[in-house]
Amino acid sequence: MPDTITAADAPGAPTPPVEATGGIPVKAEKPRSLWSDAWYDLRRNPIFVISGVLILIILTVAVAPGLFTGTSPRDGDLVHHFLSNPKLTHFFKDDWFGYDNQGRSVYARTVFGARASVIVGVLTTLLSTVVGGLVGMLAGYFGGWIDAVLSRLVDVFFGIPFLLGSLVVLNAFSERSPLIVSLSLAFLGWTQTARVMRGSVISVKQADYVHAAQALGAGTPRILFRHILPNAVAPVIVVSTISLGAYISAEATLSFLGIGLQDPTVSWGIDIDSATAVIRNDPHVLFFPAIALSITVLAFIMLGDAVRDALDPKLR
Amino acid sequence: MTIIDKTAGVPAPRGSEDAPGVPLLEVRDLHVEFHTRDGVAKAVNGVNYSVNAGETLAVLGESGSGKSVSAQAIMGILDMPPGRIPQGEILFRGEDMLKMSGEERRRIRGRKIAMIFQDALSSLNPVLSVGYQLGEMFRVHQGMSKKDAKAKAIELMERVRIPAARERVGDYPHQFSGGMRQRIMIAMALALEPDLIIADEPTTALDVTVQAQVMDLLAELQREFNMGLILITHDLGVVADVADKIAVMYAGRIVETAPVHEIYKRPAHPYTKGLLQSIPRLDQKGQELFAIQGLPPNLLRIPSGCAFNPRCTAAQDICRTEVPALQQVTEQDGTDLPGRGSACHFWKETLHG
Amino acid sequence: MAEQTEPILQVRNLVKHFPLTQGIVFKKQVGAVKAVDGISFDLYRGETLGIVGESGCGKSTVAKLLMNLERATAGEVFYKGEDITRLSGRALKAVRRNIQMVFQDPYTSLNPRMTVGDIIGEPFDIHPEVAPKGDRRKKVQDLLDVVGLNPEYINRYPHQFSGGQRQRIGIARGLALNPEIIICDEPVSALDVSVQAQVINLMEKLQDEFNLSYIFIAHDLSIVRHISDRVGVMYLGKMAEIGSDTAIYEHPTHPYTQALLSAVPVPDPEARDHRERIILSGDVPSPANPPSGCRFRTRCWKAQDKCAQEEPLLAIPERFASADTPVAHDSACHFAEEKDVVGATS
Repeated sequence: MPDTITAADAPGAPTPPVEATGGIPVKAEKPRSLWSDAWYDLRRNPIFVISGVLILIILTVAVAPGLFTGTSPRDGDLVHHFLSNPKLTHFFKDDWFGYDNQGRSVYARTVFGARASVIVGVLTTLLSTVVGGLVGMLAGYFGGWIDAVLSRLVDVFFGIPFLLGSLVVLNAFSERSPLIVSLSLAFLGWTQTARVMRGSVISVKQADYVHAAQALGAGTPRILFRHILPNAVAPVIVVSTISLGAYISAEATLSFLGIGLQDPTVSWGIDIDSATAVIRNDPHVLFFPAIALSITVLAFIMLGDAVRDALDPKLR
Repeated sequence: MTIIDKTAGVPAPRGSEDAPGVPLLEVRDLHVEFHTRDGVAKAVNGVNYSVNAGETLAVLGESGSGKSVSAQAIMGILDMPPGRIPQGEILFRGEDMLKMSGEERRRIRGRKIAMIFQDALSSLNPVLSVGYQLGEMFRVHQGMSKKDAKAKAIELMERVRIPAARERVGDYPHQFSGGMRQRIMIAMALALEPDLIIADEPTTALDVTVQAQVMDLLAELQREFNMGLILITHDLGVVADVADKIAVMYAGRIVETAPVHEIYKRPAHPYTKGLLQSIPRLDQKGQELFAIQGLPPNLLRIPSGCAFNPRCTAAQDICRTEVPALQQVTEQDGTDLPGRGSACHFWKETLHG
Repeated sequence: MAEQTEPILQVRNLVKHFPLTQGIVFKKQVGAVKAVDGISFDLYRGETLGIVGESGCGKSTVAKLLMNLERATAGEVFYKGEDITRLSGRALKAVRRNIQMVFQDPYTSLNPRMTVGDIIGEPFDIHPEVAPKGDRRKKVQDLLDVVGLNPEYINRYPHQFSGGQRQRIGIARGLALNPEIIICDEPVSALDVSVQAQVINLMEKLQDEFNLSYIFIAHDLSIVRHISDRVGVMYLGKMAEIGSDTAIYEHPTHPYTQALLSAVPVPDPEARDHRERIILSGDVPSPANPPSGCRFRTRCWKAQDKCAQEEPLLAIPERFASADTPVAHDSACHFAEEKDVVGATS
C-alpha cells in the first residue's frame, strides 16, 4: 500500500507546493513554470514597465510613422529655413521640432528615423543570437576538438575591433540597406552571444537531468533542444536584449560616419551627422534626433536589466 | 598512526563546574521570523534552551525545524532585513546580547562564542593562506606581530592534528581535504579560546571515518578548555556519541528535551519516537522502516495547534487547536524526571506506552 | 529475495582512468586519476547489491560506467551474456531500456522547465515501442500513482514539489520502461531523515512488485544494510570486500571495512560500550597516485612488507576457505581476520 501523502508542505519553499488528502487536491494550485514565475517578477518591476512602455511607443512609431505625422521627411522647403526654430507647443505638428537646413521637418525626420534604428537593431540581434547561440551551444556541449576549433574562431572574431571591422565589411558592399548594415554588425556581434551561450551550456550540461536523458537513450538533438537550450538560454536573452540597445547605437555611429545607411534612408545617425555643421545656430537640429536615439538605446538597456533581474534567481 | 581504542566507552562525563544558577548561554523565548514576498515565515517560535560550561547540548531537527536559524540568531549572522527577532532574550553569562550595543556584541561573538559551519570550503577565504587566516585572529584581537601570529597558527594546526603543520601553514584551503579543512575551521574557532562553540552540522559533509576523527577532536578540545558546545545536527547517531542533553526541534519549537541516555530508550514525543523508529540501525536488520507520513512543515503556514499534528498517528482534536507547552515529564508515579520536557498533550501515552 | 541462478549482470575488471593532461593546444598525458581500477562483481535477479565507500572510492564512477554515461577504459560488463561496454547506437539504446538510474540530488535530477508529465513521459518518447501514443498519458498517471503521488499533478513543475516528492518522480521516470535493473546513486542522501524512510520503503515495495534488481550505491552504511542483500565495500577504486549483508556487517574481515563500520555512529548511547573504535589516521591517498600493492596499507594497522609488494586478490581468504559460515566471503587482504565491530545486539 503506498504511503499516502497527507497534508503539510515542503520545508521553506518560496511558494506552497502541492497538497493532497487522499488523492484529491485540497487547493487547486495552478501549474507554474519557471518562465511564468519570471514573468510575474518582471511585471512588478517598475523599470520593466517604464522601458516596456517606451519600447512600445518606439515600435509603434517605427511600424506606423504615418500615425504621427503626415509630412514626408525628405521633402524640404527652403522657405522654412527662415522659420527654423522649434515651436515647442505645436505638439505633433511639422514645426514642433523646427526645421533643418534643408527645410525638412525635424519632427518628421525623427519619427521616420525610428524605423531604421529598430530594424537594424532587431535584425542584428536576431542574426547574432541565432548564429552565436548555435556556435556556443555546439562548442559547450561537445567540448573536445569541436570546442577548441570553435572557441579559437570566436577568439579571432573577438579580436577584431567592432566598429572598425563592421566598417571594413560594409565597404565591401555598394548598397547600404538596413539588411546589409545588420549583416555587417552581426558579423562581429555574434561572438559575444557565443561566449555567453558556451559558458551557460557548460554549466547546464553537468546537471543530473541531462545525464538522466542520456541514460534514457535520448539522441543528441533531443538533449540539446529539449534539455540544454531551455535551461541555458536565460543569460543569452539578457545579453541579447542589452545588445539590442548597443546595436542601435552602433548603427547610428556608422550612419554618422557616413558609412552606414545613406540618403534617402532616414536615420538618426545621418541627422546627427548633418547637424554638426549647423550646431552653432540651430542646435535643435542635433538635439531632437540625439534625444530620440538616447531614449531608444536606454529603453532597451533598461529592459535588459529588468529581464536579468527576473531571470537571475531562477538560474541558480 | 591508527589507533584502536578498546577502552573507550561513552566519553567521560563532562561535569559542569560553573557557578550554579547562571548558565553559560541561555536562550529565552526566542522568536525569529522572515518577511518574504509570500508572507512571514516563522522560523523560530519560542525556543528556550541553555548550555553550561563543559556541557554539550545537541539541537536536533530536520529542514524547517529552525535549529540553524536559532544558532545564527545567537551568533548574530542572520540577514536582518528579511529576518527579524520580534521577541526573546539571548543571555550570555546572564547578560542579554540582544540588548547590547553592536560593539559589545561583536566583542563577545568574536572572542567568547565561536561558530563552526557545515561547509568549510565556503567558510574559509580561498585566496588567503590558511596560516594567514589563523594568524589573523591573533593579529587583530591580540595585537601580535606577524611572526608570533604565524607561530601560533602552526601551534593551533598541530593542536588539531594536521600533519606537517609547519610545512603546510602557507597552503591554501583548497589544497586540504574536507576533513582537514574542517579541522582548520575548528582551529580558527578555538584560536581565542572561546567559552562556547556552536557547531552547525559540522560533519554532515564529511565521510564517516573522517567524521569520527573530527567529532573526537571536538570532544577532546572541549574537555581541555571546558567549553560549552551546542551541536546542531539531524544525525541521531552523532548525537548519541557526543551529547549530554538533547533538544528536539520541530517547526521552530522545541518539542522534547532530555538527557542523552533517556531519549533513545524512552522518547516522550511522537516526533522523536517516529524519528528513532525510522532510521535504519547498523546493528539491526529490520523489516519495513517506520515512516513518519507527510512532509516537513511550510514555515509560511504552520498548522494550527501542535505543528506536528498532520503527521502524528496519535493526533486528537485538542492537538489541532491548542499549542502544547513544553511540560515537565514525570515517571508514572509522578516523580519528576530531571531535564526532561515534552511539548505534547499526550506525552504520558508516548512515554509510558 | 535473490534467486541464485545465472547473474543478470556480470562486471569483470572494470577500469576507468581519467587522463590528466598538460599543454594548451597539443595535450600530453602526464598521468591518470584511477577512479575505478579493476572492479568485478555479479548481480542476481531480484536482489539488491549495495556498494559502499567513502568519497573518492569510485562508486559514483561505477554507476556512470554501468549506465554507459562514461566509456570504460577497460573491462567488461555483461548483461545477459552480452558486453554492453562495447555497444553503441541502436543496440545500446535497446539495452538502456533494461538498465535505468535514479540520481542523488532531487533538485538537479529533474529538468526544471519540463512538467512532471513530460519528465516521466519522456522515456516513452525516446522508446516509442514501449507504449503506443494514445496510452502514454495513462501510463504516466499510473506511474505517478505507483510511486505514491497524485496523478492529477501531471502538469506541475518540479519546483512545486518537495525533495522527497521529486525523488519519487525520479523513481517513476526510472520505472517507465520496465527495466530489470535500477542503479541507485545515493538516492536518499539529500533527503530529510523522516522522508528517507518513506522513499526506502517505496523502493522496497517496488522491488517486490516489479521484481527489480537494484545496485544501491551510498555512503550511509545503515541504510545500505537495511535494503541490501549483498554488499560490496570499495576503497580507492577497488573492491575491498564483498559478501552478504550478514557477512559484511557481522563478520567483516577486511581492516578497512572494520574501520568503516566502527566509525558509523549508532543512535544508541549504550551500544557504544560494546563497540570497538578504530580511528584511521591520515587521509585517503590521491587516486592519481595510489599506493603500490594493497591500497589501504598506508592507513592500515596491520600493514607489513608483503602489503606493499603484492596486491591482494579479492577472494575468500585461505584461512576461512573451508569454513561454511558467513565469514567465508571475498576479501582483498593478505591478513584478513574476523572482527565484530558492530556488536550486534542479539
